[in-house]
Amino acid sequence: MNSIPIEYYLILSAFMFTVGVTGVLIRRNAIVIFMCVELMLNSANLTMVAFSSYLGQSAGQIFVFFVMTVAAAEAAVGLAIIIAIFRNKLTVNIDEINIFKW
Amino acid sequence: MNLELIIFIVLALTGAISAVGMITRPNPVISALFLIFNFFALAGLYLLLNAQFISIVQIIVYAGAIMVLFLFVIMLLRTGEEPKLFSEKKHIKYFAIVIAVLVFVQLGYLIFYEAPSEYISQRVQQSMEAGTIENIGQQLYTTYMIPFEAAGFLLLAATIGALVLAKKNFE
Amino acid sequence: MPINSSEYLQILPFLILGLGIVISTLFEMYYKNSENFLPWFSAILFLVTGAIALTGLHDQTVLFGGMLAAGGKSAIFHFIFNLGAAIVVMSSVNYLNKYGANFGEYYILLQSSVLGMMMMSAARDIFMIFMGLELMSICFYVLAGINRKKASANEASMKYFLLGAFATGFIVYGIALIYGSAQTTSIDAIVNNFSALTDNVIFIVGFAILLIGFSFKIAAFPFHMWVPDVYQGSATTVTGLMSTTGKAAAFSVLIAIMTAIFSENIPNTFVDYFAALATLSMLFGSIVAIAQDNLKRMLAYSSISHAGYMLIGLSAGNESSVAGIIFYLAAYAFMNLGAFAVISVIEGENDSNTELNAYAGLNSKSPVMAFFMALFMFALAGIPPMAGFFGKYYVFIAAIEADLTWLAVVGVFSSAISVYFYLRVVVYMYFKESEYDFIIQKNNSGMFAVMVSGLLVLVFGILPDTLLTQILSVINY
Repeated sequence: MNSIPIEYYLILSAFMFTVGVTGVLIRRNAIVIFMCVELMLNSANLTMVAFSSYLGQSAGQIFVFFVMTVAAAEAAVGLAIIIAIFRNKLTVNIDEINIFKW
Repeated sequence: MNLELIIFIVLALTGAISAVGMITRPNPVISALFLIFNFFALAGLYLLLNAQFISIVQIIVYAGAIMVLFLFVIMLLRTGEEPKLFSEKKHIKYFAIVIAVLVFVQLGYLIFYEAPSEYISQRVQQSMEAGTIENIGQQLYTTYMIPFEAAGFLLLAATIGALVLAKKNFE
Repeated sequence: MPINSSEYLQILPFLILGLGIVISTLFEMYYKNSENFLPWFSAILFLVTGAIALTGLHDQTVLFGGMLAAGGKSAIFHFIFNLGAAIVVMSSVNYLNKYGANFGEYYILLQSSVLGMMMMSAARDIFMIFMGLELMSICFYVLAGINRKKASANEASMKYFLLGAFATGFIVYGIALIYGSAQTTSIDAIVNNFSALTDNVIFIVGFAILLIGFSFKIAAFPFHMWVPDVYQGSATTVTGLMSTTGKAAAFSVLIAIMTAIFSENIPNTFVDYFAALATLSMLFGSIVAIAQDNLKRMLAYSSISHAGYMLIGLSAGNESSVAGIIFYLAAYAFMNLGAFAVISVIEGENDSNTELNAYAGLNSKSPVMAFFMALFMFALAGIPPMAGFFGKYYVFIAAIEADLTWLAVVGVFSSAISVYFYLRVVVYMYFKESEYDFIIQKNNSGMFAVMVSGLLVLVFGILPDTLLTQILSVINY
């Protein structure tokens, strides 16, 4: 049934990964940056599921399951951090949050 | 051109375009909606790959729970729109995009150079069995029991952490 | 896969620490003064866990269908993590009051992060590495910003979180590519097929992406931008934990996944990457640290250069270099923890007294603190007979054995530079007049932490062979 070569999936996920990395580098809003990280995680998940399905193993899919757990935990903590900083500085723009010199 | 390839192309284009849309829209709410689109496209691709369980979890957990959390926070903070993408620090951003394109071309070239499809051909029957809830559940509680326990501690720590950061009373 | 119940006995350190986390959580929920009770409970918990881990040193097995290893290298790492965390707990007791974040949750997160590190160093499967890494990192993100009223802590925590999550993205993508090309997630299987796998381009790409992710976590040069701000902005005791045991945990993973190049005659495919990273980190860290006036920031840059010295060991890629790295990590953990413990004792409210000026004439204010700070500075600079010297010595020797003499020369050069800024602290403490007066609050447990780390630095320095022979006896597994 499956006539799609695995490269197609890998290319798609490589594309999404680079888009995510670019987003982290060019966006300034902390929440959006975090969403770009989620995109990176998802592209990795796509690679995982593609390999897992083509190899006929379930290990990759279980890994994806764990990645989702981690993403949920990171989202909880990350958004709490972002809210905490917003309460102090009234902004989430990472250019304006700069007490320390780089 | 078979049906499967057409579905793949449609989903892949949705995913790719919504990914680009997410990083280019100045309004964070629209970015988040694009990301949800992307997750739905991925869920479709997972179905195409016979990973039914992951596909459902993708929609329920990722699109349903995590992204709702994001939207809540965005609307709670009302951060407004970012300035236009290339209005400040133009050169660094152009540079970042050029680098990203180069990295992508490199990755794509290497993937086709290695051509894993020459030695990995899809085992349809096995992949159908691998993606079922029964199989994943069974593996999760036997082979992957220790990482599963670790996930429990991870969620406990994350809950405590989020509570400390958001709710702790200061004298 | 049936699980043998005797396997649970061999992961006793994990079980004890896990049980401790649950008990601490319950205490925190139902007991009002938990923040007065939990430090002592955690200190004892860490010491017990560390001691039990060490008893299994020579009893190396792989458990739970290849998920976790017990004994051997991981036992040594477990001991370092737990002892380090116990020292951190001791220095936190009074410090957290000054810092304004004396919460019981702090100790629960501390315990959870140590559990994560232990999983990382014992992992025999990529799944476990990932889960341990995330458990550790998420606890660190929160610990860095535990006082949410402080803008500096907020900023540190957010920078750490964003860059840490970014690194996680790289690590996950790298793991995905490695899984696909190796068709397994077992580290042992990957290590056994390492030379065959390095012909596979996707494996190389995945491995390189994974290494980039871990370079963030060990704070090597091009991936260091978060380090100074995070180390300066976080609570001093937390910085101590992140910079020592956190780094040791990341290195334990690097050692585990690179085992192939250490044990057999397999060419070190990534030698150029590691050598470049090592050179840049050492020189950058040492040179920029000279310009720093804040002691925490200076130690942050110095931690970048120490990551560089440890990377020399990875580029050398032979057996003595593994032993060297592990020894270095142990020595670095205690000298850096000691230095941060001293800073946490001296530090006043609102992050005051962390500038170098505050240390002028410290000898007249508190001779004991001045003595120990001098000891740690000498050790960090690598002056014999302190532990830091032997750490550097072993990795440099390993580099020379591996025909990387130039790298060892760069390392010696960089440590010569670093002597300047470490000794500057000593000069300030002993030969400068006090610039302004402040009172060092009485802090017995902090003092105790400083003394224990000072003692360990001296013991490792005077009797390096005791530790080294133990390490050498277990790495041949």
